[in-house]
Amino acid sequence: MNLDFIISALVTVIGVSTPILLAATGELVVEKSGVLNLGVEGMMLIGAIAGFAITNATFNPWAGVVCAAAAGALAALLFGILVLTLGSNQVATGLALAIFGIGLSSLIGQGYEGTINPPFASIFPYALAHHPYWRVLFGHSPLVYFAFFMVFATGWFLNRTRAGLVLRAVGENDLSAHSIGYSVIGVRYLAIAFGGALAGVAGAYFSMVITPLWAEQMTAGRGWIALALVVFAGWRTSRLIFGAYLFGFLMTLELYAKASGYHVMPSQFWASMPYLMAVVVLAVISSRERGRSQAPACLGRPFLPTS
Amino acid sequence: MRIRFEKRAEPSRLMQVVTPVAAVLLTMVIGAILFQALGYDGIRAVEEIFFTPILASYKWQDVATKAAPLILIGLGLSVGNRAKVWNIGAEGQYVIGALSGAGVAYVTQASDGHWIIPLMVLAGILGGMAWAAIPALLKTHFSVNEILSSLMLTYVGLQVLNYLITGPWKDPNGRNFPQTAPFTSAQLLPHTLPGTPIPPGLVIAIILALVFWLLMARSVFGFRIRVVGEAPNAARYGGFDAPGTVWLAMLIGGGMAGLAGIIEASSQSGQINLGFPSGYGFTAIIVAFLGRLHPIGVLIAGIVLAISYVGGQVAQSAVHVPNATAGIFQATMLFLLLASDILVRYQLRITSPLASLVPAGRAA
Repeated sequence: MNLDFIISALVTVIGVSTPILLAATGELVVEKSGVLNLGVEGMMLIGAIAGFAITNATFNPWAGVVCAAAAGALAALLFGILVLTLGSNQVATGLALAIFGIGLSSLIGQGYEGTINPPFASIFPYALAHHPYWRVLFGHSPLVYFAFFMVFATGWFLNRTRAGLVLRAVGENDLSAHSIGYSVIGVRYLAIAFGGALAGVAGAYFSMVITPLWAEQMTAGRGWIALALVVFAGWRTSRLIFGAYLFGFLMTLELYAKASGYHVMPSQFWASMPYLMAVVVLAVISSRERGRSQAPACLGRPFLPTS
Repeated sequence: MRIRFEKRAEPSRLMQVVTPVAAVLLTMVIGAILFQALGYDGIRAVEEIFFTPILASYKWQDVATKAAPLILIGLGLSVGNRAKVWNIGAEGQYVIGALSGAGVAYVTQASDGHWIIPLMVLAGILGGMAWAAIPALLKTHFSVNEILSSLMLTYVGLQVLNYLITGPWKDPNGRNFPQTAPFTSAQLLPHTLPGTPIPPGLVIAIILALVFWLLMARSVFGFRIRVVGEAPNAARYGGFDAPGTVWLAMLIGGGMAGLAGIIEASSQSGQINLGFPSGYGFTAIIVAFLGRLHPIGVLIAGIVLAISYVGGQVAQSAVHVPNATAGIFQATMLFLLLASDILVRYQLRITSPLASLVPAGRAA
């Protein structure tokens, strides 16, 4: 248990946590506006294949990431049209999006099996990025720093800007927001698109950073963990980072437990911890009297103006 | 010219039946176009996915086999959804149900007798119910959203499966493969009823569909479920207590999923391994919706989705599309159904600008 091992473990944890942090940040904004989008897994995979395909075509990973975000946003907009304009059931539509994304990405990705993509260049100087100790801070892919930035930017946006206040109002009391004159549907569309874009980038992390290859369903259920993370964080960005690294730590524990055979608890115990913890937190925050539930009051309910 | 949605006085019965059919047909069209655009033979792909399983009699057994768990779980989910209780954890309940039955099998490995299979089935039902009881409890006592809790528990359930088949229940003769010991002959249900391509699961599914139909349409229980779902205030006034309904809805959903799980394990796979969770619990949600939450609709929708599963496998070998493409079709069917749902509650009104020239008193 020396410093090298700790540094390696930290780098792994940060790497594993980043995609769920990205996806959860996007989903948090969506849920804050009152919409429950269960299709995160599908949007991530669509972003993953879009990023991979574009990077393959242009040899430019940055173009790939941008397109991954765009693809995720488009997929989310499909969800948005069904849910906001046509008033369909959010749970069913979200699940359909997840299943659709899994299938579509497999279909498009079939032609890319075996191809390798150019990786991201590090944004810090080589000496820092590959230093045995400092790499824990400077040696990560640009997407890691982007994720960090986005969490803080999102928190600042939601809590310190007028627009963020409007978005939160739309999620807490859509009828009041509507009567004041804000476009509930418009705000929700934007939130959904934003959520999709970040989910797309999160998916691109898998196909562009973790490995430069494509494999079917390579997000391996992380989209569902991202949903759990939003719940665990109590819909607050400040707890999102803590939760993401906690979950990442648990997922890394699962990996190490499997690999080393060091059996305090079976690896499946660690694998199920994120979900169990989310359920426990949900029970705690939902049953409290004061601030009854931190979930946005309109979460999952369609907007039905009476006027 | 203006296009508007105008709310209907009453939901349109015609549209309720037409929209699922239209959704399926439109899915075929969209699917063909999508596949063609991606470089596959679009029309042939759709043909293989939708028509071959219906026309090729050697595929009927596959369709029937896949339809059974979808219908069983879909029936359970449709009851819950009618009461606006959203059980998303059917996949986990399916797995836990199968594991419960497998647990009985593990304990009775050396025994024999006709009582073993009924005990396994009972264990399966109870196991699924127990797994569904957790979100029910969380909802009634902690106001926890059952969508999130049942979804989270699904993944916990999969980990339980993982643990049991790689640990305590691992097959000692299985060369270290993650699987339970194969069920003994006293623990197996037949693949199909002798002489027919019909699996036992489908028979049970059809019987239960008719039972549910009767229950939902003609009993106080069914009435209560529907009222709680459609008019919660009236339900409270009428004395139908919401917590009791939540429990009923979740337990039925869990029990049916567990039943599907143990039947599938006992009649089809004969053991439980990593490939056992096939996503039926999630697809059954689509089945319930496509079937408009009506037992007979669920029966038909289950067969339609089973066709898409089998068709996906057929298309994989014929047109070389990946297996996951069945998911695209299933999701598209659901998308289209959800999109067209609005036509049930709202009417499309196209008004021409000339209409405004008609004097107000004479507007018909």
